[in-house]
Amino acid sequence: MANTLEAAALKTTPLHAQHIALKARMVPFGGWDMPVQYSGILEEHQAVRQAVGLFDVSHMGEFVVKGEGAARFLARMVPGDILNLPIGKCLYTQFTRPSGGVVDDTIICRQSDRYLLVVNASNIDKDWAWLSEHRPADVDMQNLSDVTAMIAVQGPQADALMRRIATSDITDLPFFGVADGEVLGVRMTASRTGYTGEDGFELYMPNEQAEKIWNGLLEAGKDFGIQPCGLGARDTLRLEAGLPLYGHELNDETTPIESSLGWTVKSEADYLGHEEIARQKAEGAGKKLVGLKLLGKQIAREGYAVYVGDAPVGKVASGAPSPTLGYPIATAFVDAKQVKAGDQVEVEIRGKRFPAEVVKTVFYRRSK
Amino acid sequence: MIPQDLKYAKSHEYARIAGDEATIGITDYAAEQLGDVVFVELPEVGRELSKGDSFGVVESVKAVSDLYAPLSGKVVAVNERLNDESSLINDDPFGEGWIIKIAPSNPAEANEILDAKQYEELIGG
Repeated sequence: MANTLEAAALKTTPLHAQHIALKARMVPFGGWDMPVQYSGILEEHQAVRQAVGLFDVSHMGEFVVKGEGAARFLARMVPGDILNLPIGKCLYTQFTRPSGGVVDDTIICRQSDRYLLVVNASNIDKDWAWLSEHRPADVDMQNLSDVTAMIAVQGPQADALMRRIATSDITDLPFFGVADGEVLGVRMTASRTGYTGEDGFELYMPNEQAEKIWNGLLEAGKDFGIQPCGLGARDTLRLEAGLPLYGHELNDETTPIESSLGWTVKSEADYLGHEEIARQKAEGAGKKLVGLKLLGKQIAREGYAVYVGDAPVGKVASGAPSPTLGYPIATAFVDAKQVKAGDQVEVEIRGKRFPAEVVKTVFYRRSK
Repeated sequence: MIPQDLKYAKSHEYARIAGDEATIGITDYAAEQLGDVVFVELPEVGRELSKGDSFGVVESVKAVSDLYAPLSGKVVAVNERLNDESSLINDDPFGEGWIIKIAPSNPAEANEILDAKQYEELIGG
């Protein structure tokens, strides 16, 4: 009975019926009933690394920011270099607090008349409140999350597939480019971005068009080995690629520097949290995010303790088997003074310690 | 698929009892719920298990789950193939994907756990 009530409260995307028809296993995620897998996480993961995968990510939030003060406002909200973002390009950044902690991470796409902000599903309300609280009078904001569907097409065959069904405004996009164009005759915004470490596109369209685009991509994608992919593969793909997940590698109490995202902190504007973040960038932070390559087969999962000798030096943030590399990988927040790349540490798994090598958080990089 | 000749624990392990040996694994239903199994931690041969003891774990991509002994007994064999081919648990849970064999120390316990019909009700309900 409790389950029924819980299920009733979950939101569904415009593609929910398609997932059921494809026999996806559905799970609650950030308040949404989402597909975690269709044929199996490993198979879906490999499809994205070797061919092309299709993801319903309509649970993600989309905000539009416009108006005379839009750039100035965003420059106050994020440590990324938003003031130098050209029209037609996207930026990965975070909304930061005065403490330097991270409200959420986001992709900001700059188009001629607007900024499109793509935010995490579980943080839509929090982000909207945070931005609204700081919004000056010369900025307009719209929350399009409830009326916008988002589909990701990811993998080495994504380009060839999209060239069959999309206009060149979209298929000619460079990495992190954004444009309006047509897919299967439907007008939409597309960005050459993703959360998998592969080439690919993210498509933003009105809810009513989602079914047509999803089915059309599955049909046209048959020639390219397309596979619908759930949140399970999305997680293993993003972890291999070193892409952070809010609530794991990012949170309200951790700065982008501590999350080892210093490369995304480029703004010279007076953004919220600037003082602490700039100090940490110059002097180093007390803790940092590292990658762990487990030397055994046991998987280091979130919350497991990391040791150097008998001293606890940190905790695992995310962990999974790496289907591409063939061994378990993890990210961990560790004491920056005691741990550096190349060190051997131990992770406590079910009461026993297992060796792991400290590496960078990017485990996999596609060959160009 | 629920083989009629097996006994089942509520925690989704099965026991195939033949003579003085019982083969233990997890059910098709459990394997499907877990998804791709990527690692199995097996017990030592010779370990004495009481019914309900945790004797190992299965790790899928998303989660780790304990394995519980459906019957008491001594471990007489473990499926070493799972060390390199943990996917046998997904591909053939009732056959090649067996996990351990035990010599039951209290065969009467088999009457205390579920038969196929009761297990079907458990997972159907």
